[in-house]
Amino acid sequence: MTVTIAVVVFPGTNCELDVVHALDALGADAELTWHGDTDLSGAAGVVLPGGFAHGDYLRVGAIARISPVMAEVERLAAEGRPVLGICNGFQVLCEAGLLPGALVANRDLRFICRPIHVRVESTASILTRAATVGDVLRLPLNSYEGNYTASGATLDDLAAGDRVLLRYCDPAGASTDDANVNGSTDAIAGVASAPGNVAGLMPHPERASEEILGSTDGVVLLESFIASLAVALAAP
Amino acid sequence: MRVVVSIARKDGLSDPEGVTTAKALRQLGYAVGDVHFGRTIILNIDAADEATARATATEMCTALLANPVIEDFSVSVDREGATA
Repeated sequence: MTVTIAVVVFPGTNCELDVVHALDALGADAELTWHGDTDLSGAAGVVLPGGFAHGDYLRVGAIARISPVMAEVERLAAEGRPVLGICNGFQVLCEAGLLPGALVANRDLRFICRPIHVRVESTASILTRAATVGDVLRLPLNSYEGNYTASGATLDDLAAGDRVLLRYCDPAGASTDDANVNGSTDAIAGVASAPGNVAGLMPHPERASEEILGSTDGVVLLESFIASLAVALAAP
Repeated sequence: MRVVVSIARKDGLSDPEGVTTAKALRQLGYAVGDVHFGRTIILNIDAADEATARATATEMCTALLANPVIEDFSVSVDREGATA
């Protein structure tokens, strides 16, 4: 079964074609959607891909949050449809208030562009439902503002709701200070909304979706998202 | 009216640039405590009085200019730069 996934393109987005390619290769039907579009009624789910939406001006994600398409993204999220933010898309979802917390500059104030490891912490989301808790995934990270930050109350909520999806770890799956490459609070690399249908992560699963890319560890995450579309479609 | 918005990282959040700069200032012999980096946004607002300009700027900060998760802001009217 193919279902249409809207992959949103803001001015400055640059990972949209990778995301479309990776989702299509897994049997989904992904299509680009311009950020000025105001009708996503044909979409079963949405992906906000990586890049530098609106030049990252003011704050990462701050201007994208008020792009016309975001009202539709918020509507679909409220309907329970899968909404996924990757890298810059995660930052946009946080600015939009669809996910808690914020992403700030990396601890060492350096852009990080290399494969890192994350451990699956929860499968209660559209991003991790097909994974197993404890799985260690090798995924490319490509960000300057990847340092996840949230208030103590938010962290408590995330923990109580089993909403921390991924944490940075070493290749063996152990949490170390060095493995938390960007200094994220509690080494958080990905989180979900309370119902689990909105999820965001800093690493790029679409760049780890074929052998030729050096890792296929992102496939389980993309397949989780695709499987969630079918569930959302089947929902009354 | 010229309104100056100062936005700074919330206390308690790491500010590596500020920490490094504080160390450098101490190295030069200055007694300085914490140093924090932030940003300044200058707004030209058409308002009848200062209170209105300040209120409008504050609203803008809440709506867009500052992220309450990570930033604090302050608003001041720049009388020197005020337009007649």
